[in-house]
Amino acid sequence: MSLDKDQVQHIAMLARLRVADDEIADTVDKLSRIVDFVDQLSQADTVDVVPMAHPLDAAQRLRADVVTEPDERDEFQKNAPAVADGFYLVPKVIE
Amino acid sequence: MSSKDLHTLGLTQLAKGLDSGEFTSVELVQALLDRIEAHDKELNAFVTVTADAALEAAERSDERRRKGENGVLNGLPIVHKDIFCTRGVLTTCGSRMLENFVSPYDATVVERLADAGAVMLGKTNMDEFAMGSSNETSYFGPVKNPWDLDCSPGGSSGGSAASVAARIVPAATGTDTGGSIRQPAALTGTTGLKPTYGRVSRFGMIAFASSLDQAGVITRSAEDAALLLGVMAGFDARDSTSIDHPVPDYLAGLDRSLEGLRVGIVRQHFDAGLDAATGKAVREALAALESRGASLTEVDLPNLDLSVPTYYVVAPAECSSNLSRFDGVRFGHRAQDPEDLLDLYCRSRGEGFGAEVKRRILTGTYVLSAGYYDAYYLKAQQVRQLIADDFRKAFADVDVIAGPTAPAPAFRLGDKTDDPITMYLNDIYTIGANLAGLPAISIPCGFAGELPVGLHLVGPHFGEERLLNTAHQYQLDTDWHTRCPEGYA
Repeated sequence: MSLDKDQVQHIAMLARLRVADDEIADTVDKLSRIVDFVDQLSQADTVDVVPMAHPLDAAQRLRADVVTEPDERDEFQKNAPAVADGFYLVPKVIE
Repeated sequence: MSSKDLHTLGLTQLAKGLDSGEFTSVELVQALLDRIEAHDKELNAFVTVTADAALEAAERSDERRRKGENGVLNGLPIVHKDIFCTRGVLTTCGSRMLENFVSPYDATVVERLADAGAVMLGKTNMDEFAMGSSNETSYFGPVKNPWDLDCSPGGSSGGSAASVAARIVPAATGTDTGGSIRQPAALTGTTGLKPTYGRVSRFGMIAFASSLDQAGVITRSAEDAALLLGVMAGFDARDSTSIDHPVPDYLAGLDRSLEGLRVGIVRQHFDAGLDAATGKAVREALAALESRGASLTEVDLPNLDLSVPTYYVVAPAECSSNLSRFDGVRFGHRAQDPEDLLDLYCRSRGEGFGAEVKRRILTGTYVLSAGYYDAYYLKAQQVRQLIADDFRKAFADVDVIAGPTAPAPAFRLGDKTDDPITMYLNDIYTIGANLAGLPAISIPCGFAGELPVGLHLVGPHFGEERLLNTAHQYQLDTDWHTRCPEGYA
């Protein structure tokens, strides 16, 4: 096993993803297999190879800094789980 | 032509019938809605059927036709993979996370097809967030392959492929990050085109791995794919990676002779990993291209073996970043009674995502985490450059590279779910095109037993015209693309 339970729990916390107790053994097993599999990349000779930034070597396009979108907050908030007065509601963050 | 047979026709034939007044779009759409009703219980190809809106849109298209205001796709039916945002219509991406998400806007692909007159019949089932090669990761259950209901149609665009193969619809949109259009096309005996990266807008297409994702089509012929690509392709200011490159007349390019076409063959594609009957069908297809005047040359892609591990670093890394937007706050699934904000995030995501999506997010988070970035992500982007260089060198000598689309025909549902690596290796021949941003197409070229086999053609950047031309000329000589699974004629 290239990963252990603690490492997977740590990664899960970084990803803000709850892995249930009954999922953890299977997750450790499968993630380890994936990591072992991608480890074969280490054999490749990549000295002086420039990492790919874009498959067509295109550069990021810029646009004028002007407002192009109308305000559609009400429309967007129809999909929100909890809103009030145009705000998104979350559990209390500041004591 | 009785309305009972309209489902047997492809887009080009349907357009002729509509133009000559043989049938109306309303009659056509009703006939296909009846097909959905009759067959989708067994196939599970649809997440949403938009019957009422489709009939209304068909009526409007008939009205436009009477007035002589004709778009190139006027009145022609299409379905969209449920990864494309559709205004006012459920857009689930095959996930519990978006089970109730109604998109407030249309994807550019959806908009362009509708503007050309196409009528949307519904949204097709898919692997969750397009992560899968068998459609088994969908929250809404697997799609069945119409050639054998115990088999997978492939994935992730499995619902699109199955509905086209089963003669429910003539055409469907799909997306392809590592083979998600071409592999299901191969496994269902349909034609599947993944264009050059940046050729078709990604705006409104729910992101999986942004440097690899590309929208395309699944149809019953290369000619129909050419018709749709002409409408979908082109610059879109709303997609920051859209490329401003002229769109050729793909239909006009179909008739070119294959005399002098240089076809590259990769020896490793025919190694031990390839199913024997699949290899035989593909070799016969290569001989058919030769008999049309093409020449076959061996080309070398020395880093090909590293394409799958490269992909499984790059794609999960980008997925872990893209899917961080699903936090249970602004849209999507939210856990009940969170203790605090952290609990809200962790449980909403833990409950909203399925096992494969979680694995990819965790893999991506791991390879991007402190201390591992250079060893994995940077290394993978370097190997990716080597793979792209291999293709660049090969395309100096050949016009297209041909081989099998998938190592074997459709596999049984449940057969590959235990080991993620076995499933990942299904995309071994298709992933290279995504890593290098190249266009590629899969077309039916025979059978392995009772199941269809796909021929894979890859071209240089913006080489769609030659790919479609090659595929079309092959389809003039062969009838594999017209074969229909039993019970769906």
